[in-house]
Amino acid sequence: MEANHVLDCKGLQCPVPLIQAKRAVERLSVNEILELHTTDPGALQDIPVWARANGHTIVKQQTDGSTYRFWIKKGRRED
Amino acid sequence: MNGKKTTMVVFSGDLDKALAAFIIATGSAAMGNQVSMFFTFWGLNIMRKDQVVNVKKSWMDKTFGWLLPRGPEKLGLSKLHFAGLGPIMMRRVMQKKNVATLNELIQMALELDIKLIACTMSMEVLGIQKEELIDGMEFAGVATYISEANDGNINLFI
Repeated sequence: MEANHVLDCKGLQCPVPLIQAKRAVERLSVNEILELHTTDPGALQDIPVWARANGHTIVKQQTDGSTYRFWIKKGRRED
Repeated sequence: MNGKKTTMVVFSGDLDKALAAFIIATGSAAMGNQVSMFFTFWGLNIMRKDQVVNVKKSWMDKTFGWLLPRGPEKLGLSKLHFAGLGPIMMRRVMQKKNVATLNELIQMALELDIKLIACTMSMEVLGIQKEELIDGMEFAGVATYISEANDGNINLFI
């Protein structure tokens, strides 16, 4: 899937991936895709919850070994 | 912003509790919530600048100033403190495991527009002056905290 921006949060611990994701999404336009890479197992729950709370959609999710990858489509709700 | 609000009283000046407070606060801001943190009593130590600030003080206020930790790098642990060895080990482990430092979390809080409010009554008791706290703080009393907490969705005392 083609992403508009790739954010590498591998090795970073909670809550830093959430904060970086928030900043990255703010720079995107509605319906653009953020591809997020993380190794924090908590992110498996946290990223979808964060996306839902902010009106974004997880359009694809993939696990490669210990890396979790999310494709997040920016929603319409403005921060 | 989603219109939801988190308020927090940070009473403790322990490193571990301060970390918890700032992780929850910055996480809440990332979730789209408006966040206010009220620093009172020992919690004020977290927000002290690490260098000595030249302000006029009574000898009692000066003594407090020397005895109390000056900023995030000087805080102790609530458990396993071991006369200062615990915090050194804890900071080393956290750095190795790539956990954000308290200084970094405070910086993120400022960037996320988290309101950092110092309790002026506690400042008076501990002899801490505005200039001795990090830039970007606000100063208020209990009424401000209650009025923010009244329309808050999450309220914590740490």
